[in-house]
Amino acid sequence: MGKHNTPMLDELEKGPWPSFVSDIKQQVANGKHVLKEAPDDLLGVMELSYVDKVTHWKHGGIVGVFGYGGGIIGRYCDQPQMFPGVAHFHTVRVNQPSSKFYTAKYLRELCDLWERHGSGLTNMHGSTGDIVFLGTTTDHLEPLFFEMTHELNQDLGGSGSNLRTPECCLGQSRCEFACYDTQEACDNLTHEYQDELHRPAFPYKFKFKFDGCPNGCVASIARSDMSFIGTWRDNIRIDQAAVKAYVGGEFAPNAGAYSGRDWGKFDIQKEVVDLCPTGCMRWDGSKLEINDKECVRCMHCLNVMPRALRKGLDTGVSILFGAKAPILEGAQMSTLTVPFLKMESPFSEAKDLVEKVWDWWMEEGKNRERLGELIQRKTFQEFLRVCELDPDPRMVDEPRSNPYIFWKEEEVEGGWTRDIDAFRAKHQR
Amino acid sequence: MPYDPSEPLKDRITDIGPRHYGEFLPPVIKKNKGKWLYHEILQPGVLVHVAESGDKVFSVRVGGCRLMSVEHLREICDIADKYCDGYLRFTTRNNIEFLLADESKLKPLVDDLKSRKFSGGSNKFPVGGTGAGVTNIVHTQGWAHCHTPAIDASGVVKAVMDAIYDEFDHMKLPAPVRVSLACCLNMCGAVHCSDIAILGIHRKPPMVDGEWIDKLCELPLAIAACPTGAIKPAKTADGKKSLEVKAERCMFCGNCYTMCAAMPLADEVGSGIAILVGGKLSNRISKPKFSKVVIPFIPNEPPRWPSTVAAVKNIIDVYSKDAHKYERLGDWAERIGWERFFEKTNIPFTHHLIDDYRFAYTTWRQSTQFKF
Ligand code: HEM
Ligand code: HEM
Ligand code: HEM
Ligand code: SF4
Ligand code: SF4
Ligand code: SF4
Ligand code: SF4
Repeated sequence: MGKHNTPMLDELEKGPWPSFVSDIKQQVANGKHVLKEAPDDLLGVMELSYVDKVTHWKHGGIVGVFGYGGGIIGRYCDQPQMFPGVAHFHTVRVNQPSSKFYTAKYLRELCDLWERHGSGLTNMHGSTGDIVFLGTTTDHLEPLFFEMTHELNQDLGGSGSNLRTPECCLGQSRCEFACYDTQEACDNLTHEYQDELHRPAFPYKFKFKFDGCPNGCVASIARSDMSFIGTWRDNIRIDQAAVKAYVGGEFAPNAGAYSGRDWGKFDIQKEVVDLCPTGCMRWDGSKLEINDKECVRCMHCLNVMPRALRKGLDTGVSILFGAKAPILEGAQMSTLTVPFLKMESPFSEAKDLVEKVWDWWMEEGKNRERLGELIQRKTFQEFLRVCELDPDPRMVDEPRSNPYIFWKEEEVEGGWTRDIDAFRAKHQR
Repeated sequence: MPYDPSEPLKDRITDIGPRHYGEFLPPVIKKNKGKWLYHEILQPGVLVHVAESGDKVFSVRVGGCRLMSVEHLREICDIADKYCDGYLRFTTRNNIEFLLADESKLKPLVDDLKSRKFSGGSNKFPVGGTGAGVTNIVHTQGWAHCHTPAIDASGVVKAVMDAIYDEFDHMKLPAPVRVSLACCLNMCGAVHCSDIAILGIHRKPPMVDGEWIDKLCELPLAIAACPTGAIKPAKTADGKKSLEVKAERCMFCGNCYTMCAAMPLADEVGSGIAILVGGKLSNRISKPKFSKVVIPFIPNEPPRWPSTVAAVKNIIDVYSKDAHKYERLGDWAERIGWERFFEKTNIPFTHHLIDDYRFAYTTWRQSTQFKF
């Protein structure tokens, strides 16, 4: 059937987990993709890598659609004679709708488009969140973009030193923990910043991600320069009858998430009250009390008893800045900068903050310096001045332990200009 | 009105962004958005969410290969049409969720999904990935599409998931275990906060293609790309401008190769896998934390990476037996102490595991509290 012999890859057809090899083979056999040889040659070049234990792809090349500086990743095979079907194999990043809901009708339109203009292979989805069309040639890019914008009303995502495609958790669409409308926030900011997304003008990449609550399902705290994480500042709503139902065994704790093992009878003291990181809960055998002032909204008790405990009603976001993967200075998670902000359409305050931060980063950032690295280099204090925020103990785990404070002249009474003669008048040399 | 290559800019549409999510929400979700009361996992992979109105939406979660053909996508669409009025979604971790309001179609949907197999016998739509178990492994491109990988991505994921499949369709671990894979240090997938991270690493400094380097690359950019300052200008024997790598300074990051194609570093024995454990993202009970390197190197073993698979399985098995309920892998390791972690998992502790990069001392033990 296939044009290449792939004994190594064939080993990956066995076993229970879905096999991408079998899937590519079914595309080879039945697909109507325009680049006839592409899936077949992808299997071929991967088999060669399995034998050689080294990749056979080369970086880069100037590819893109006119007027955009991102959205297409150029890729060439280093054995084009052996694998002509993937000699040029560029990917197209297609901006996914908020939290990746689809209708079958729309997905089919995307499939048709991609079969007309590429390999018929995709990533659902890339790590940033985009729909990724995997592998096409340069001549297909403009027609694909034209048809995608005209017929599907759909745009590309970001790549390069620009705003990357923002991503959100499913939020209020199907999650009782969501503290704001992550989908709307993500969609709104994506549309607001189309220019920044398509035309690289930043020192490096910049990512927004929107988590509806501190459970963090899109990993914003680890993966985004600006992380929006839902939270609340009033009280957890308690349904005491439902608490009793959990204690009495009528409701499955953790919504059943631990039901595959016999962990014994649910013990509210041991499993909830004692595990609360702040020790702010009390259970007296009939009533659950929470000292909400001390709660840090870790989500544990809500996760265990979703039917009894609900987030508060005065909800918004905490905004954290500066996460990045380890290259170069080591991995960083985002740092809490705005403890609480209301997060309602049209999100003006959040956008003001975004723009202040971008202006500073574009002014001060070195080439390929992520925001988190710039904050380290220029100091968090400087960053707070840029954001026009007052320092707050919530921003640190603990105060500094070294006293090497870089005092500013204007902070010291009388300034720094002194008279050595006046000093000498009192102190001999 | 198709694209006209002679007038590429005619009627051009740009900057329209993504489609609005509102077009794709099932009616029951549109109606109850923001008014969900609670959820319950009915069986591994099957959830019900209940709204204040009493409405319910059922979600059936199935694992997906993120490298997916349009043939497969069309089959997903057909299933969504048959049972779900055409509605579905994908999760952050590359799972597919079929969404339906009509409970009577739930069992037929699950049975149908479980019955579909690929030609080689693997499940097309494994149902699971919820609760205290292992869900899909997020991963990057590997040998399918990238120029800097040390390892393949899809193949390693397939081999590992086959071996721990039992944890995908059960919920019997002490807490969720999130496994992630990135095929080089760049970590496009940002795996650095995972319970278990499988990371491709190189161990040989880049070669310098002296004949070509000055033609292919901007030499100063390659020099500037190196985080450790290991690259300096040089000349080849016949006087061509070139670069030289101070090998003992190289941290094998591959930045120079991204900048300059004349400095390849992947190697059949030099490149392989490191395993990191104990990271987490959620704020539940303990704060988010980074994963830590516990196995510095495992050789590349295509097609099924048996040593890597065994290492991951061993860590999960020991954790599963030893940890308390609700304890994430990293919380468990911290409670018992890392010295115990190595003892219990039988993983040798080597000098590679002691940090010697920037801020290294923050991970050294500055106390006399330790366990014998
Ligand atoms: C110096 C550092 C980095 C380099 C040189 C680099 C390079 C690349 C390249 C060449 C690709 C294209 C892969 C392909 O499709 O062929 C890519 C994809 C990607 N990168 Fe990076 N990257 C770096 C850091 C990062 C970091 C830190 C992140 C995230 C925090 C990231 C996120 C992504 C994502 C999401 C993709 C999409 C591909 C996928 O989904 O697998 N990258 N990167
Ligand atoms: C000339 C055409 C080139 C194109 C079209 C191109 C395209 C790309 C793309 C699409 C990525 C993936 C970034 C991502 O979205 O994750 C990438 C990564 C990268 N490329 Fe190129 N590249 C080209 C040339 C170069 C050159 C000449 C250099 C260096 C001198 C370079 C350095 C890099 C670096 C440092 C990254 C990682 C950037 C990141 O992490 O975002 N590229 N390139
Ligand atoms: C640049 C910073 C520092 C300088 C210039 C400095 C200088 C000194 C000097 C000159 C003395 C002797 C005082 C005397 O007996 O007349 C001293 C004592 C001492 N310093 Fe520092 N020191 C510094 C930082 C530190 C730090 C960071 C620590 C501890 C974390 C420290 C701990 C001590 C201790 C324990 C003594 C002995 C005190 C005693 O015996 O009463 N020093 N330091
Ligand atoms: S981050 Fe919170 S609100 Fe969003 S899906 Fe996860 S649990 Fe729900
Ligand atoms: S959310 Fe966390 S900190 Fe707050 S009461 Fe519940 S367990 Fe305690
Ligand atoms: S992790 Fe590294 S090798 Fe893998 S896709 Fe990203 S840049 Fe390429
Ligand atoms: S691999 Fe990294 S550390 Fe080594 S020479 Fe290249 S850029 Fe420098």
